Amino acid sequence: MLKLNDDQRMLQDTVRLFMAEKGAISKQLRHWRDIGCKDGFGHSLWEEMGKLGLTGILVPEAAGGSALGQVEANVVLEEIGRNLTPSPFLTTAVAAVRALEGSAHAEKWLPGIAEGKTVAALAIDEGPHHDPSKITMTATRSGNGFVLDGDKQFVVQGASADLLLVAAATDDGPALFAVAPDASGLDIENVTLADSSKAARLSFDKVEVDADAQVGEGDAPLKRALAAGRAGVASELVGVAAGAFEMTNAYLRERKQFGQPIGSFQALQHRAAHLYGEIEIARAATLKAAQLLDEGSERAAMMVHVAKAKAGQVARLAVQEAVQMHGGIGMTDEHDIGFYMKRQAVIDQLFGGPDFHARALAQRS
Amino acid sequence: MTELDDFRAQTRAWLEANCPPEMRKPMKSEKDICWGGRDFTFQSDAQREWLEVMGERGWTVPDWPSEYGGGGLSAEEAKILKQEMKALGCRVPLTSFGISMLGPALLAFGSEEQKQRFLPPIARGEIRWCQGYSEPGAGSDLAGLSTKAEDRGDHYLVNGQKVWTSYADEADWIFCLVRTSTESKHGGISFLLFDMASEGVSTKPIKLISGYSPFCETFFDDVKVPKDQLVHEENKGWTVAKYLLGHEREMISGMGLGGGKGSSLLSEALGEVDDPLLATDLARFDVDALAFQAMSEAFIDQLKAGEAHPALPSMMKYAGTELNKRRHELVMALGGSDALEWESDRSKEGARARDWLRTKANSIEGGTSEIQLGIVAKHILQLPGA
Ligand SMILES: Cc1cc2nc3c(=O)[nH]c(=O)nc-3n(C[C@H](O)[C@H](O)[C@H](O)COP(=O)(O)OP(=O)(O)OC[C@H]3O[C@@H](n4cnc5c(N)ncnc54)[C@H](O)[C@@H]3O)c2cc1C
Repeated sequence: MLKLNDDQRMLQDTVRLFMAEKGAISKQLRHWRDIGCKDGFGHSLWEEMGKLGLTGILVPEAAGGSALGQVEANVVLEEIGRNLTPSPFLTTAVAAVRALEGSAHAEKWLPGIAEGKTVAALAIDEGPHHDPSKITMTATRSGNGFVLDGDKQFVVQGASADLLLVAAATDDGPALFAVAPDASGLDIENVTLADSSKAARLSFDKVEVDADAQVGEGDAPLKRALAAGRAGVASELVGVAAGAFEMTNAYLRERKQFGQPIGSFQALQHRAAHLYGEIEIARAATLKAAQLLDEGSERAAMMVHVAKAKAGQVARLAVQEAVQMHGGIGMTDEHDIGFYMKRQAVIDQLFGGPDFHARALAQRS
Repeated sequence: MTELDDFRAQTRAWLEANCPPEMRKPMKSEKDICWGGRDFTFQSDAQREWLEVMGERGWTVPDWPSEYGGGGLSAEEAKILKQEMKALGCRVPLTSFGISMLGPALLAFGSEEQKQRFLPPIARGEIRWCQGYSEPGAGSDLAGLSTKAEDRGDHYLVNGQKVWTSYADEADWIFCLVRTSTESKHGGISFLLFDMASEGVSTKPIKLISGYSPFCETFFDDVKVPKDQLVHEENKGWTVAKYLLGHEREMISGMGLGGGKGSSLLSEALGEVDDPLLATDLARFDVDALAFQAMSEAFIDQLKAGEAHPALPSMMKYAGTELNKRRHELVMALGGSDALEWESDRSKEGARARDWLRTKANSIEGGTSEIQLGIVAKHILQLPGA
């Protein structure tokens, strides 16, 4: 059925309370931004998420996790989106875990992730636009290992990571490599983005790694990471949309002009009603994608494109309407609503924007 | 040659001789805008010189009468001057709320003494004005304002608070809506002018989501305003306020033309785009941008000919600001993750992202899009109940 089951609902209730309390904008996003934190997130929250069993949600039980699926991961991500909670959850607990699972690296890294201690980063994009089919970074065989050469950007939390998972082209096609951040020849620039999150630019100048640095075989680990990351970020976008919408909905009742709540004006009512429907549709598409992924369905890839594109468009509409309906106060840094607009813009690009996914949908063979 | 051809030739020659080369390069950012005022720090000698020569000739305000510091040009001449400045790439020498908002209102409603006193310093960029309209409780419902001005014989005593006052902390004077009567909502408003250095005026900057702080909360605590600084009649300020808003909206609609960066087309970037969907969006945007440009020209000509519907600025403000917001959405889409950088040198301290965020205010400042659409529905379409 295309709805959460009882266990998933319980998880949602727990995470909703947890994020609203511990992950609130004032305690996390705004706090870390205002003190100029180099990571842009709090390690203590990451550990608390570990204790609650969230960071190990996809990790096999043997490695300390709960071996749940994309649907459960997405339940967490929607609450993260709703509160704009900065954490390594999406890239580390979702995309990186999927990349590492079943590989020789799993044993080394998954327990630390399940504990909320380890942070992993994914280095895929090489230009300003996501396009993993055009990876030009090279991994050239040399002696007993590989030499990595090339540049990466938009590496979320790349400067805070214990482990970098780097996509590079080998003679046999694209593959993923586990690289230590202190590898010689690797330069890491920590970059602050509009939403005050951090993403690094990496430059690899003849970085030597052992043969066993390659994660799993062929392009399968990269594909798993992309599918999980895209489905996950779609859910985070739904959360961003829902959070912005809820805040706006409350404001429509509270703010008075012309002697009445602005929510009494039909011009705003219809737009709010439209947005409500769009968010429900985006959430359904996202849940469908997650379920298909968990089932290992052939249709999963298609639905992941739909989910990411639709959630991105809807979240964009939601944040634009939110700021507009707040009027002047929506433009101020003091008010939280602007953070939703900034976060939407950043994660809309992450793992490919709506155009990328619409194109991928149209071109799939 | 006709007289206008002569005028064109002379204008071009004069501009070539008088516009410093530096002022013929495109502005790099908002920082290159010359606002004038007592405390204005010029970016360069060239910027000061350019303001001085243009101010002297009255060409900062080409179509104002020359007795008030203007250029005294006809509508056709003013248009030619604009075209020639554009052709040579001359920067606008002075941008100010005095020029785009207060000046026109004073020309229409000010006393002779007020025109003599206030207009020439605006034209020369000596006094910078801010706009004291919005209050915490009076935004879209501007006439609901409550800042109070009590009649104290030879002066008014002003108490209250304004909000979102752009550049209040840098302005020399304020044009301010105050309540002089509670008997009638619209009929109890008056239009006052006063010095921001008056005792009892204070400002507190507010930070925008772009990280800039261009506006303030503005507080009035027993501010004394001499009676000769009332524009038009007491309790008739709403007429002046609305007239001024028309000019403000006309000015803001210019956003649709691409702001300081000129009217370069987004499809010029097509070479860098290998995404057919984005390419289509850029092409469609340019269709709308060029059509809007034509409408702007028609609008200005209708205004100059006195044929524009008084609510037309609302239509233009809505169209122009929505267009500008779309332009910046596309600039961000083109820039991908590069455009999201916020502090790096490479991104010029996040210029693209900050400019994009700033445009979101375009459909709020000067009256929201919703309010403009309401005005069009009511005053142009005269729909029932609107
Ligand atoms: C960058 C910036 C600069 C500004 N500079 C100045 C300045 O220099 N001086 C000055 O005086 N003011 C200034 N303003 C204030 C601006 O004019 C107001 O913000 C604007 O008029 C909206 O008022 P508000 O913020 O109170 O929003 P509200 O009026 O509370 O509006 C909230 C939402 O409700 C909607 N709404 C309200 N009434 C209706 C209705 N009847 N029907 C449908 N929808 C409705 C609005 O459209 C908006 O979406 C500035 C604002 C900004 C953002």
